[in-house]
This record gives sequence, C-alpha cells and structure tokens, in this order.
Amino acid sequence: MTVQELPGAAAYRPTPPPAWKPLTDPAPLLPDPEPYRVLGTDAVADADPELLLRLYAELVRGRRYNAQATALTKQGRLAVYPSSTGQEACEIAAALVLEERDWLFPSYRDTLAAVARGLDPVEALTLLRGDRHTGYDPREHRIAPLCTPLATQLPHAVGLAHAARLKGDDVVALAMVGDGGTSEGDFHEALNFAAVWRAPVVFLVQNNGFAISVPLAKQTAAPSLAHKAVGYGMPGRLVDGNDAAAVHQVLSEAVARARSGGGPTLVEAVTYRMDAHTNADDATRYRGDSEVEAWRDHDPVQLLERELTGRGLLDDDGVEEARAAAERMAAALRERMNADPVLDPMDLFAHVYAEQTAQLREQAARLREELDAESDRHGTDDGGTAR
Amino acid sequence: MTTAAATAGERTAKAKPATMAQALGRALRDSMAEDPSVHVLGEDVGTLGGVFRITDGLAKEFGDERCTDTPLAEAGILGAAVGMAMYGLRPVVEMQFDAFAYPAFEQLISHVAKMRNRTGGAMPLPITVRVPYGGGIGGVEHHSDSSEAYYMATPGLHVVTPATVEDAYGLLRASIASDDPVVFLEPKRLYWSKADWSPQHPTAVEPIGRAVVRRPGRSATLITYGPSLPVCMEAAQAAVEEGWDLEVVDLRSLVPFDDESVTASVRRTGRAVVVHESTGFGGPGGEIAARITERCFHYLEAPVLRVAGFDIPYPPPMQERHHLPGVDRVLDAVARLQWEADN
Repeated sequence: MTVQELPGAAAYRPTPPPAWKPLTDPAPLLPDPEPYRVLGTDAVADADPELLLRLYAELVRGRRYNAQATALTKQGRLAVYPSSTGQEACEIAAALVLEERDWLFPSYRDTLAAVARGLDPVEALTLLRGDRHTGYDPREHRIAPLCTPLATQLPHAVGLAHAARLKGDDVVALAMVGDGGTSEGDFHEALNFAAVWRAPVVFLVQNNGFAISVPLAKQTAAPSLAHKAVGYGMPGRLVDGNDAAAVHQVLSEAVARARSGGGPTLVEAVTYRMDAHTNADDATRYRGDSEVEAWRDHDPVQLLERELTGRGLLDDDGVEEARAAAERMAAALRERMNADPVLDPMDLFAHVYAEQTAQLREQAARLREELDAESDRHGTDDGGTAR
Repeated sequence: MTTAAATAGERTAKAKPATMAQALGRALRDSMAEDPSVHVLGEDVGTLGGVFRITDGLAKEFGDERCTDTPLAEAGILGAAVGMAMYGLRPVVEMQFDAFAYPAFEQLISHVAKMRNRTGGAMPLPITVRVPYGGGIGGVEHHSDSSEAYYMATPGLHVVTPATVEDAYGLLRASIASDDPVVFLEPKRLYWSKADWSPQHPTAVEPIGRAVVRRPGRSATLITYGPSLPVCMEAAQAAVEEGWDLEVVDLRSLVPFDDESVTASVRRTGRAVVVHESTGFGGPGGEIAARITERCFHYLEAPVLRVAGFDIPYPPPMQERHHLPGVDRVLDAVARLQWEADN
C-alpha cells in the first residue's frame, strides 16, 4: 500500500524531522559499475614500465611460491596451505604499495603478501607448518600475525593506524580480507570505526568467488562488496584483481589518500581462487571445470606477461630470467623446509604472561620431569626437542 | 616527603571519605597523567563520563584523543585497542556492563589473551578491560551478570576484582601498568561504598596476584572476592554470637590465583567456604574448592563448601535478592561445616 492509498493521505504532508540532514553526499563514494582495468586498455600508457617489470618478477615468484608450498603439504612438511594461486596480483600489489613504515594486516591466505613485503619465506610458513603460531616479530617487519579468525584483524589495523596518527606518524595500515570475511561483524565494526575516526587504513577485499564452498551470491545481496563502503561514509573502489597494474594503482591512490589524512578506502578486487580452499578441500563439489577454465584465460601472470611482451618491454630471455629466479627461490625454500625445526617444549610456558604464574611454574616443572624421563628411556639427550 | 608537616598533611587527606567509583576515576586520572601512552576508550566515557561516572572529567582534562567516545561496538572497541597496543599505546577499555562485553569475546580470547604467546613474546598487549559486573543494583536483564569464570578459563588474561576503595585504586593502577592484558572486574554494587581514603596514601602499588586476609579467625575460612566481601565480613561478625571465629580471605586476583595465601589460611582453620554470587556449576568456586582439596586434604575437618548464586540465568531485579548469597546462606554453610566436623 502506498502513502497515497492510505485513508486521509491527501491531507498528510510529511516533513523531515527538524535536526535531520544527510551527513555525507553518497555519490562520490560509490564504486564504478565495472572493475577498473589498466592492462590492455588506454590507461596502460600511464603505467611505469619499471613498476610493471617489478610486478611481473614478483608475480612469477609468487606463482612458484604457491606451487612449492602446495607441494610441501603433499610431502607432509606443511600441515595445510591455503593457496593464493590466481590471486597473486592482489597479494603482490598489497605488499608493494606500502612504505617500510606502513603496516600489513594479512589473513591466513596472504602468506604471499607477507613474503613479497620482505618476510623470510620460512618464517612466513611457521603457522602453516605447525611449529609456531607466528614465526616472526610483527614489529620488526610491520606485518601483523597471519590471522585465522575471519576479519578480526581489521579492527586491529584501524586501532594501529589511529594510534600512529595520534603519535603524529604518517603510517598507513593495509588490511586484507576475503569475500566471506565481509559478512563478519568485525568487518562492519572495523569499517565503521575507521570512517568515524578517519583512520589511515585501506581495506582490501579479495573477492575470489567462494568462502570455502559458498559462492558470493549466497554471501551477500549487495550490488558489489565495494558498494558496502558508502554505508560507512568511505569511498568504495572496484578493481580487476587479476590486473596487477590496476590493483597497484587503485591501492596506491587509497594509500596516498589515507596518508594525507583523507581517511579509509574499501577496495574490492575481483579475482578467482584457482586452487581449492586448502589442500584439504575438494573444489569439484561446488564449482565446474568450465568456470575455472574461463578464469584461466584471465590469469594475472599471463595478463601482465602479454602486456609486457606486446609492448617490447619483455622478451623470451626476460621471461626465462624471471622463471629461473623463481626456481631458485623454490629450491631454497624446499631445502630449508626439509629440515626438521628444532623446538623447545619449555617454550609452551615461556610466553603466556610476562612473568610466569606459580601455577605455570609448577606445570613447567612437571613437563621438564616428563621430558627428562623420556630422554632417559630413549637414551637420548635431546630432551624431546626434535619434531 | 619526609617532614612531619607533610606526614600530618597526608593524614588529613587520608581522613576524607571516598567512594570506590571515585578511587577508580582517580586511578585512571593518575595513570593518564603519569604515562602519555595511557588512553581510555569506550561508549560514553567522554562527555558523559561513563554511565557510572568513573571516567568523569578525563576528556576535559586530557582531551578526547586520550579519553575517546567510540562508536557503540564492543568488538570494535577492543579490537581497535589491540591495534593501539600494537603501536605502543596502553589502552584502557570500558565495557559499560558485564553482558555488553560478550560481543568482544572473540577479540578478547583469540587476540588479546593470545598475542604475546602467538608471537613468541614479541608482542605483548598491555590492555586493561574494565567490566562493571555483578548484581544487586536492581538492573534489568543483561545488566547483572557475573562473568568471571569465562575470563578465568582463558590463559593469557589476568582477572582481578577489588572489594575495597583502596584496592580499587591500587589494583587499577597495577593493571594499567601491567604489560599483560587484565580483565578488571568492577563490583558495581560497591561503586558507592565509602572508606576513609587518600589518593596520596597508596604511593606503592602492590603487584596483582596476592590475596589478603581481611579478618583473621580460627574456626573456618571464608574465601571470597569483589561484591561478596562485605557479605562475608558481615557474616563473620554475626558468627561471633554463635561462637565461631571466621577468617575472611579476599582473593583480589582470580588469575593469577594466590594458592599460598589460601592454603595457609585453610591449613590453619581446617574448614573452608567459598562465597561468590556467580553461578556455582562451572563457576569459580569449583576450581577454588578443588585447589584447596588438592593442597589441604589432610588438614580438612569438613568438605569444602560453596555458597554461590543459583544455577539460573540472572533473575529479574525484583527477584535478585533470592539469588544473591546473603549472610544467612553463608552462616548456614558454616553451620554445615560444624555438623560435618561433629559427626
């Protein structure tokens, strides 16, 4: 029933409530209807050839890293690996747009972004190998721990960026989340806090089509995930997540905006997860080969390689050189991952509190006794430290 | 200050009555004045001064960047505090009411409690989470929960709760100064309890983790904390007429737990009753009774008893007096201890 059909409606003239006015004009915040692209378009003329070549080398390395890590799961060297094959452009661009003083807040799938930012490839894998939760000092690398709970690292990024700004540092935090993570409450709270505080944060949603098996259409009814930005009062940007140059450009603009006090941006990168959710998942149960094949034609490494060779910036030797460098990285990673990590079980008690409680001291002593008894029985003196 | 005049001045200041709420506010103020990295954030903490006025005046004195009114979102508040602590600040978060803290549980348990551990000691989080808790103020649904057992069950958190005006100040100062996260449970029905107290007096802040004997006695030990301490003190007073000389131990800190003080007391008296208003099943009393049994079995003249709230959702305010353990229920338990000993 419309207002006009209501009895007496003709006499009723609604007026806005006295104090009400819109806080923000929504129009500039809305994303473009199509994902932004650079490769294969006129926009590529503005792209820096040096940057494109760097992106390419990192993409090739990233692709190889994903393949190597997946192989390590088959050899039992990694407990699990959530591959980002197909999403390398997002991973690499996220790492490369940040200055050294900036912070990266990765999710569990973003090992590659951490490595591209300069983290030791083995330290980046400790969580997935299972020897340590976080194998690096977050402050040293300005990379937060890889976050397994969905979207819970987003408010951390907001708080850190806010704190940095309070201290007068022009630090930007870039936080990564998947399409499924946008349904979590922490996604909403983080975006809302960031917008209200005008925190220097960039949210990068990698929309790879599926949250494990659930497709985007069952995840959201929004026109796009980038559209969610307008509700918080921040700009939403939609970008082709397989176009490394486009992702880099859109993220660069968002980082620059954040750094200059312009507040947060929500970037949705439309991409596709070529592998299953992890090695433990069977993707054939929820998607067909034809869909995967269609995305194979839009592969991020191939897109950039075609652009670079087409423009004469890259030749067969250059391609070979990038592949050889990636192979060297993979061989080194393989070799280091084949060594058993040396663990000290007493570390279990070392970092629960700054000072161990009496109860933890007692429990640590009990474990020490058990380990001593074990090494006596086995006639070894390794104290049970081998894996 | 070493002169006699200064000492006399302190004594004069000490004679002033103060409420627990005032002592908590003073602790926040002094911590913020002393350390510029201390930031207070939460819903209503700024202009309003908090719904219990604990943060009254802080925004005016330190500015709204040090005492910040946040959007209404507990996970967001605590999650932002995590990031702030990662960048070197010392956030003090207010959760307004016990049951309003539940949306922040994932942040608390998955991140606040674990960050030091999961980073191998590289990234401790000095966050204080202030949670007004417990009943007895006539609050409607979701305003009177005793959620201490949830926090106690999470390694990596300290859990403390003051029962006196002086402890409110000292424990909050110590919590904010701690390099580890502390869940600071404020017994809201004691907010308006008064004591002669001087903010100048507690110059040395005791480290958290120590229980204290509030009343020495020989017949049995009442082990309690927070809102139930006044109940136990009153019960101990009333028990004198029955010829019982009750010792009252105020835990002050649930994590770390002061086994030494509790064990020493129960070994002296041979009898123990744990008193709290949180539910009994799966509640703190079960853990405390088990610890006492393990350490004092051969000294015990009777089983360790618990006087707790009933195992029901917190009742509506017009019924809460039936739920909250009062003096009579404590004395009944003590009587049962006597009975067990005589048979």
